[in-house]
Amino acid sequence: MAKDDAVHAEGLVKTFGEVRALDGLDLVVPRGQVVGLLGPNGSGKTTTVRILATLLKATEGVAYVNGFDVVKQSDQVRHSIGLTGQYAAVDEFLTGRENLKMFGDLYHLTPGYVRERSEELLEWFDLVEAADRPAKTYSGGMRRRLDLASSLIAKPSILFLDEPTTGLDPRSRLGLWGVIESLVAEGTTVLLTTQYLEEADKLANDIVVIDHGRVIAHGTAEKLKDQIGGDRLEVTVVDPGKIIHAQLALAPVFGGESLVTESTISGPVSGGSTILVDAIRTLDNSNIEIADIALRRPTLDDVFLALTGHGAEDETLTPAKSRGRRGRR
Amino acid sequence: MTSQLQPPLSTSTPEAMKRPLLGWTLHDSIVIARSTILASFRIPEAIFFQLIQPVIFVLLFAYVFGGAIPIPGAEPGTAADASLYRQYLMPGIFGQTVAFAAAASTVGLAEAMQKGIIDRYRALPMSQSAALIGNTFANALRQILVLTVLSITGYIVGWRIDAGILNAVYAYLLLLLFAYTVTWVGAYIGLSVPNTETANTAGLIWIFPLTFLSNAFVPLDGLPGFLKVFAAYNPISSLVLATRELFGNPTGYPPGAETGYWSLNNPILYTILTCGITIAIFAPLAVRKYRRASRR
Repeated sequence: MAKDDAVHAEGLVKTFGEVRALDGLDLVVPRGQVVGLLGPNGSGKTTTVRILATLLKATEGVAYVNGFDVVKQSDQVRHSIGLTGQYAAVDEFLTGRENLKMFGDLYHLTPGYVRERSEELLEWFDLVEAADRPAKTYSGGMRRRLDLASSLIAKPSILFLDEPTTGLDPRSRLGLWGVIESLVAEGTTVLLTTQYLEEADKLANDIVVIDHGRVIAHGTAEKLKDQIGGDRLEVTVVDPGKIIHAQLALAPVFGGESLVTESTISGPVSGGSTILVDAIRTLDNSNIEIADIALRRPTLDDVFLALTGHGAEDETLTPAKSRGRRGRR
Repeated sequence: MTSQLQPPLSTSTPEAMKRPLLGWTLHDSIVIARSTILASFRIPEAIFFQLIQPVIFVLLFAYVFGGAIPIPGAEPGTAADASLYRQYLMPGIFGQTVAFAAAASTVGLAEAMQKGIIDRYRALPMSQSAALIGNTFANALRQILVLTVLSITGYIVGWRIDAGILNAVYAYLLLLLFAYTVTWVGAYIGLSVPNTETANTAGLIWIFPLTFLSNAFVPLDGLPGFLKVFAAYNPISSLVLATRELFGNPTGYPPGAETGYWSLNNPILYTILTCGITIAIFAPLAVRKYRRASRR
């Protein structure tokens, strides 16, 4: 049964000296599905992908990819997968076309096929004009596309995308999402790690939330949101210096722990729209000016906070780290 | 942009190559070596500086120190002595230059590691030693260009090949073997250091004492006891002495004289032996490091 899934991992443990990067992680990716592996930095996402991609040996546990044991049948695993990491791993002194040729040759594909497939990929990824320029001259988005194209040269049935859009501008990110969606439409299985909750929400059928090397929640985005239930009240104050006062003032309004960033507080509430009036009155009494106030459905950010006790971006939420810059490193 | 990136009407089906006669390791190594050489030609500045450094050494030693270093067989301080020193010097510069080939390998692999290219290679169904074999081979091949430029520079300052073409070819081959050997050591260091910044210094630091504690620039006679022994068994000394003999250049010893060390009495054999042993040790070590490598 383990062998029918695209990815099947059980009880993965990985220790680096004293650090337990993975602490008994189980993961199943059914064929043709997109599973999003979601977690903060250091939660074990990359370690998991590296084990599945045969780059790292687990200290304990077993993993099968495309039915093959990642340790004993690593060569067969490598034939089945494509891997795109956080860093655009292409040779920057080679041109786009030369990179594709090199990787195609290393997959042991015939020169004729490599040529044909390279043209296809260059066209698809909008790299035809840049194909004969060294990758060094490419923009971040173009490099990432070339990186992804390189992992698609052998048409792998399983694709590991380790934070594929980290550091990309929003336009390039949207473009890459489009690519991933069409790959999935063609039947590719994708395991995606991300710290962008929005990304997991958009792309993944199934989300696995991990923290400290363990799965802490698992389900569709909707299911995870329902799990923490209720509406959220989100208040943005005019003066970020008063954010702590606002948090204190609003404490009785929230039905649970609130999440604070630079100038925004959000927290679970119950009681519908009258709660808005309460909140406005409370803040007004404390002389705190409101820039924006809204009731909304929980986001995966809220899910994350509820599950882990900290936000998706960091262990500690410092005021300096605004929401707009989350996830950048 | 989203709308532009439509999936292609893919008509191609992956066709696997037949296993080549000599196996995948050779095939993959050639692919890597080809790409490495191709890539290095895209950085003309790097090639320029790789070439200019030994040329500067030739000029420095030939014209600045040359007159002050006596070579047995000539009167000190005479014009004949200076030109004799240039004959003596060139094989030393050749030896030093090929030793520095290791540094390029160290930096190259540390960079490939940091950029995640090694991760990508390792996730491919390619031979696990090919990336290193290809890389070290490309680095050694690059030395052909360096040795050519250096030989021309030598010719200009008065260096001559004096023992026939065939012997000269042996000398160049020995130099390339040595270059290939040290690139394995360099590769191992490159895979062991935590980042490229460290690679820049760690790649060079061991080569300096090794080249200067040898007969590359001065005859061994002037060295104090224990350093003399170290220098005599230093493979750079045997390499340089062997190339001096093969090029027909002054060796720093009177003809037919005993050097007092087995390594220097049989410099070609000793050089080939130490190269073989070094590769036998460092190639498996480097491949082992590579297989466990992870981007840092």
